[in-house]
Amino acid sequence: MRKLVARLALYLAALAVAAFVLAPFAWLVISSIASGADLLSRPLRWWPEHASFERYWTIFTSTDTGAPAYTFRHAIWNSTRVAAYATLVSLGVGIPAAYALARFRFRSRRALTLLFLGSYMLPPIALVVALYLLLGQLRLRDTVGGLALVYSSFITPYVIWIMRGYFLAIPPELEEAARVDGCSRFGAFLRVALPLARPGIVTTVIFAVLTAWDEFLYALILTSSVRAKPIPVAIAEFSGQHMIDYGMIAAGGVLAALPPVLLSLVLQRHIIRGLTAGAVKG
Amino acid sequence: MKRTPAHRLRGAGESGTLLLVLFLLPAMVVTFGLIVVPLADSFWTSLHRLNLTAADRPFVGFGNYVEAIRDAGFRQALARTLYFTVVSTLLELVLGLAVALLLNQDFRGRGLLRALVLIPWALPTMVNGMMWRWIYHPQYGALNALLTQTGLLDSYRNWLGSPALAMNMVILADVWKMTPLVAIILLANLQTIPGELLEAASIDGAGAWQRFWHVTLPWLRPGILIVLVLRTMEAFKVFDIIYIMTRGGPANGTQTVAYYAYTEAFSSLQFGRGAALSFLIALAVGLMAVLYFRLLGEEGAGA
Repeated sequence: MRKLVARLALYLAALAVAAFVLAPFAWLVISSIASGADLLSRPLRWWPEHASFERYWTIFTSTDTGAPAYTFRHAIWNSTRVAAYATLVSLGVGIPAAYALARFRFRSRRALTLLFLGSYMLPPIALVVALYLLLGQLRLRDTVGGLALVYSSFITPYVIWIMRGYFLAIPPELEEAARVDGCSRFGAFLRVALPLARPGIVTTVIFAVLTAWDEFLYALILTSSVRAKPIPVAIAEFSGQHMIDYGMIAAGGVLAALPPVLLSLVLQRHIIRGLTAGAVKG
Repeated sequence: MKRTPAHRLRGAGESGTLLLVLFLLPAMVVTFGLIVVPLADSFWTSLHRLNLTAADRPFVGFGNYVEAIRDAGFRQALARTLYFTVVSTLLELVLGLAVALLLNQDFRGRGLLRALVLIPWALPTMVNGMMWRWIYHPQYGALNALLTQTGLLDSYRNWLGSPALAMNMVILADVWKMTPLVAIILLANLQTIPGELLEAASIDGAGAWQRFWHVTLPWLRPGILIVLVLRTMEAFKVFDIIYIMTRGGPANGTQTVAYYAYTEAFSSLQFGRGAALSFLIALAVGLMAVLYFRLLGEEGAGA
């Protein structure tokens, strides 16, 4: 009997957590498909009388350049490009650096490792004024490329931190064996170390994409038009205005949330491994 | 002279040096070019009275820093930031631990719940803030509707309308988003507890609460430590969720130090002051990071 009660309590707790986690997001989704009248009804209708996916359709087709829908579409496209470029650059320069820090012995290796790590922890507010001026000089302000470059500067240290751990966990004997078989040093990295570190690479790709997709402060200062404005800035802009179409902002929010949420659901194992990487090894 | 392959791999031969440079240089250019150089530039700026509305930019030494520390607005922002940091971190720790303990139990649908719990964490911060602002809406918000329809509240409230309440409501939104991260880290730590340890405690007659207090909690020390320091460092820099939910208002009630530095630089256009404030924040976060490594080093958990 006692066991049954404990069992019941367990399932009730699980249900409560699930409800608490899902309810706010579910409400956002419902708001995005409810009619304007439904959204403003009192008492509030929890299930909309008139549900339609019209707003989503508008976002993908709108040609009215002044409308939120048009901005959202461009912002999503900008965010996709920024995330893709920043991930490519960060992994491209970060993985070899991580390998060098894990495998090569040289003076100031420790200092360099700490410097990379320290640069990851700097609050963006400390850099944003200088970056604003620097990007202006380079004519990269309000461009997707400029924003991606800035993102690479703090995603790269993260890549180095995680990938270094993965390389350190691979026994160096494996690369030595490859070199005995005639592989060059670079060849051993390419053919032995890199394939063995693949789970780490998957994890860092996910985190690079999520970080770039989520960043706000740099984007707010360094972009100003639909040409480069990513989705967090577009959302902030429309929710700050007085005349607000909540349904449209909700639809934009759902679309912005979809890639990271789907990514985290599908690649859950990699995410959990990444969140706990090196942190807790009891 | 004959060298073994292993010897060649470890030693920094000429080709090795070239490879080392090729491997490190691009990352150094990308990182330091966009972090160290701007940081140095920003420090230089912080020593000047740089105001975009004035033509000259006189050197004032540490004047901006002294001004910032004397500034009541900054001190109030600091107090608010500490409140945000302490309350949100503690709530996330307690709730995260509860969720981790739940997810560590054996029940049907555990895998599904573990996946679902990640959703708030994955939600972009801006979407999270916008979503909660909509839920808190004074006239059409779901929170007001829910609380009045269930009889818990007799009239609608303006959740973001008064300084203290607004701060707590922003904290709630942050807690909803970040608790999953804490839960996942603690769950990973929980799963390393050897079953024999809890069994032995059971045999010795320890009840569920005693087992939790004397076995589980001490075992979670490294996980709790990591959570505490990671979350305090993040919370101290909080900007995004404040920007979207309240823009620092009402009556500066949710203005944190990062937000204050932002308004000084980009609304008041006092770049020198903004840079000095940013440096003070970076310094505080740096001190926290040193503490982090110290504590973790002693724990031997190794980050």
